[in-house]
Formats: sequence, C-alpha cells, structure tokens
Amino acid sequence: MSTLEIRDLHVSVETKEGAKPILRGVDLTISAGQTHAIMGPNGSGKSTLAYSLAGHPKYQITGGTVLLDGEDVLAMTVDERARAGMFLAMQYPVEVPGVTVSNFLRTAKTALDGQAPALRHWVKDVKTAMEQLRMDPAFADRNVNEGFSGGEKKRHEILQMELLAPKIAILDETDSGLDVDALRIVSEGINRVRESGDVGVMLITHYTRILRYVQPDFVHVFVDGRIAEEGGPELAEQLEAEGYDRFLAKA
Amino acid sequence: MTTDTSMPAGTPAGTPAGLTTDHSRASADGAHSHGLRPSTVPESSRAERRTSFDPADFPVPTGREEEWRFSPLDRLNPLFDATNEKLAAGGVLVTVVNPPEVTVEIVGREDRRLGTVGRPGDRTAATAWSSFAEATVVTVPPQAVASAATSIRIEGVTSDASAAHLLIHARELSEAVVVLDHVGAATLAETVEIRVEDGAHLTVVSIQDWDTGSVHASAHRTVVGRDATLKHVVVTLGGDVVRITPDAEFSGEGGNIESLGLYFADANQHQEHRLFIDHNVPQCRSRVTYKGALQGESARTVWVGDVLIQAHAEGTDTYELNRNLVLTDGARADSVPNLEIETGEIEGAGHASATGRFDDEQLFYLMARGIHEVDARRLVVRGFFAELVQQIGVPEVEERLLAGIERELETSMKLIEAAS
Repeated sequence: MSTLEIRDLHVSVETKEGAKPILRGVDLTISAGQTHAIMGPNGSGKSTLAYSLAGHPKYQITGGTVLLDGEDVLAMTVDERARAGMFLAMQYPVEVPGVTVSNFLRTAKTALDGQAPALRHWVKDVKTAMEQLRMDPAFADRNVNEGFSGGEKKRHEILQMELLAPKIAILDETDSGLDVDALRIVSEGINRVRESGDVGVMLITHYTRILRYVQPDFVHVFVDGRIAEEGGPELAEQLEAEGYDRFLAKA
Repeated sequence: MTTDTSMPAGTPAGTPAGLTTDHSRASADGAHSHGLRPSTVPESSRAERRTSFDPADFPVPTGREEEWRFSPLDRLNPLFDATNEKLAAGGVLVTVVNPPEVTVEIVGREDRRLGTVGRPGDRTAATAWSSFAEATVVTVPPQAVASAATSIRIEGVTSDASAAHLLIHARELSEAVVVLDHVGAATLAETVEIRVEDGAHLTVVSIQDWDTGSVHASAHRTVVGRDATLKHVVVTLGGDVVRITPDAEFSGEGGNIESLGLYFADANQHQEHRLFIDHNVPQCRSRVTYKGALQGESARTVWVGDVLIQAHAEGTDTYELNRNLVLTDGARADSVPNLEIETGEIEGAGHASATGRFDDEQLFYLMARGIHEVDARRLVVRGFFAELVQQIGVPEVEERLLAGIERELETSMKLIEAAS
C-alpha cells in the first residue's frame, strides 16, 4: 500500500519579473485506494501542483517535501519518479513525430519493469485496454499524439495509466474538452484502475461533471496556491451549487 | 519557425511570371542572424545563373556570390584552384562491386559520354570538370533489371586537393540501385553525372561519411527522361566541409524525381546541400525531402532548394520540404527554399521549411513515463528521421543510416553529460 505525502510544498516559476510563487504551502496525503479530487478556479495552481510532482523543469521547488513511501520524490529525476510509481496524465500531451503508440508504450513498460514485457501477454493487454477505451486498433500504429483529437489524446493518457499501473496517478484536467460520451469512456478507465485498490488517484478538475462518474473519497478546494477547504464528496456538490465565489472573496 | 507556401492544383492561369518566394529566415541560432551579407546581389531568376565548363568563367569566390554566401571559403579554398594549375587526379581509390547486369568502365576524359549531363554551375564544379583524368562509368543496359545494388566505394587516400568524375547511365527501361560511399580522408572536387533514359527507374544514393579533416564539393548533374523515375538520396554524416549541389532537369514528359536527404552535423562541421530542379518540360513531378540534425559548437548546415517551373512546363507537380532539428546550443541551420513559377497551368507547387530546437516538452513527456533520458532522446531523433529513412527503400543503406544516427546520438549524450 503506497502513500504520497506532500508537506508544506512551495513552488515558483521564473518570469520576466523574477521568481513568482505559485504554490504557497500545500499539505496533502494520498494513499493507495483513495481518490482525491482537487478542485479550484483557473490560475489557483492545480496544474502547477501536478507538474511539480512529476518534476517538470519549469517549476522551482522553493520549500517543503514530497515523499512516496518514505522516498524523497523531489530528489528524483523525471524518469526516476515515474519508475518509483508516479504517473501524470497530462492536460496537453505533446506530439512525438515518428514514434508509434505501440513503440512508445512498449518502451515505457520496458523502462518501468527493467525488462521487456513478455510479448504475447503484452500484445493482449494492449489490445484489451484499447478495446475498453473504444480505441481503433489502427491507433497503435499512429505516431504519439500526432493528429489526435482532444478526446483521443485523453484516452491515450488513460490507456497509458491502465497499462503502466502506477502507484499514484495524477490526472490533470483529464475531463476538460471531452464530450459526454468520451467523458464516460475515460471515467470507466479511471474506475477500472481504482478498482484494483492499489493506486491512489489525484483527480484535478475545474468542473464537478466528472465527479458524477468518478466518485471521490476526498475533495480539496485549491485557492491561491494552497488548499482552502477539505471535505468529502458533499463538498463537490456544494461547489456545484455555489461555485468558487465564496473562496475567491476570501482570498 | 515554420514557413509554408503552397500553390494547390487549380491555381488560376495568369499568375504573374517570375513569381518568386524566398524564405531565408529559418535559422535557429541564439543570435538569430541570417548570414545575409549586404552586398549580396542575387540573380533575378535561377535560370540566369552562369554555367560553364571553364573555371575561368567563375572567379574565385569571395563570399558575396549568392551560391557561396553561406560557405566556409577558407576551408574550401584548396578546391578553388586559384592558381589554375588544376587539381590532382587520383586522390581517391574507386572500388566498384556490381551485379552481372551492370557494366562498369574506367575511361579517359576524352570519352564522349562525359560532360553531357547539364553544365557546371560554380567554381568547384568547373575545377572538378577541368581536373579529372579518368572517370568511372556505370551503365545499366536497356531493359536490364539489376539483381543487386551497385556499390561504388570512393576512398580518400590523400588530403591533397584532387578531382573525381563519375557517370551513372541508366538506359531505356532499366532498373537499378547505385550506392556511392565516400569514406577515408580527402580534399575532393567531384562530379556525378546521372542520366536516366526514357522509362528507366534508377536509385542513386550518395553517402558522405568522410574522416575528420576532409573537404568535399560535389556537383551532381541529372537529366531524367520521358516517364523515367530517379530516386536521388544524399546522406551526409562525416567530413569537415561537405557541399553537395544536385542539379536536375528533364528531357521528356512524365519524368519523376524523388530527392531525399539526411544529414547530421557535429561540432565544427559544415554541411551544405544546394538543390536545383529545373522543370523545363511539361507534366513532370518532383518531390524533395531533406532533414537534418545538428549538435555541438559551430555545427552548421545549409539547405537551399531552388525549383524553377518554366513558362512552358505546364502540368508540373512539385513540392519541397526541409526540416532541421537543433539538438544543442551553438549550432545553426539555414534553410532557403526558392520557388519560381513562370506558368499558372500547374498541378501543384509548394514548399515548407522549419528549423526547431530539440523539444524539451517531448523529452519531459517521454521521461514522465519512466523512459531514461538517453532512450527518450534516441526515440525523438529516430522519430524525426524515421519516415525519411523508410522512404529510401534500400535495406543496406537504411541499416547503415540507423547505425550512423545511433553513433551521432552517442556523441549527443556525451555533449549533454558534459554540459550538465
């Protein structure tokens, strides 16, 4: 059972005017089997939290600690974090021309396991996961994210999460830009991963819509770079009704 | 930075004659200068550029000439033969391995088949012509289908400036693959004449994989006959200065040229590819795809693609593309596509040029899936070249190329490790 512990995390980005603090002391603990929804208005720092945890070089950690099962995540390189069990489903996945989805998935799986997956099982796993996400088999031969629609990109992110079986999955606005059908398919994928009970999920979203399909255990309201309020699923319903105004006024 | 101009099928008649586009703004160096010297005076049309077999018609370049403005003249100087003493002959050892269907001859310079394809277009092309003593002539007889690739190994054996001449002649309805492999150390001015007769299908691959210190200027002159197809592939990896100038024209309708290029420049290497495709005959097609990667201090590449569609060349279909991937700081790529269109009655004409830095977001994406940095870089660079390598269609060349890219990537990782 894995646990991710974020303590007093401070993060800045470099701007023309100098370092600009974005995260101002985030405290959050996520354990395997739990789903934490991180909600908040635009610009509150939700995506910064996601990318900082994954190790994106744009973000400077200025204070705090992040431990995954006691290991110092912040001391790890981007690839080490992934191999330790962290996964980030990106809001804007980038194109990688000339690299097919199947080659990419196999390379990632090989890196995570330290050895190439047994071919027969792997091919079957990929095929099954793609079918469940209603992805055309031809998808495997396309170049990573090249010419993908918004919905295809998100399904491809969830496909990776299912196949790479992380300990902690961070989903950065995976629901944004999806129509209802795509949202349902993607949510089913997230729920399949949750069912195992082995993964802790951080679900970052602006809207409550996805929470109808993916029931969170905890809801955290993110305002101005820190968690302003925490609660159970009922907090999401309250936000649905009232919006973020109350928090913005306070901030 | 990307530029893209195209003139799709159905472009209305009456397009102004001499419509020219010049995109010389695709460099990706830190300083972002473009090497344009103020006194450069380009011709108003590529068709007006001087051609001659006599070096005296081309003054020793000063750098102000359009065709030399990007080149390191000091390093190319031995090939200019400024004293008009002619370059040495026999600076390279030519070894040919050919299948039984293909004939190979070594002939003297008086052989009347030589010097019949196009005309030299710059000083080194003219000194190459005036200096060689013997030429290698490869002939694919009419209707012959070569059972294997013809391999021509051109090995540099001296660093004294020398000249070499080759003629590849694919007769009517023949099919063949010819691979030129330039290795060793040389200072070489070379001419490669390529004649593709009516209905022939010829693939010519020229690999430049010289040792460090080598300087190479090579004029490829091509004529493609009626319903004939030439696949012309240039691969430049090794050598200090490599400057290849492929010129192509047509001698009958239905001609097709597919021009592919791949280059990888390291620190202090200058790799220059200047193409000219003259659509001088109606109903012909050309496709140009060149891709290059650069790494290391003062790594430099230049790609110039001139396409001229003459007034009577109706039904022309042409597209050219150049992409450059700058892997490290201190490298610089210039990319200049030029399209001159003198008739509106064409199928299509377009070009695209882009030079970009190695994308750190791609690296982040791959590494965020657990892929080690070295493997992630390899994936991205291989991916950049993948489609191009597949188009070559000569398995032994593809393998050689992938190995070459692999070797360059090892250099790449050392540079990155040294920098961090």
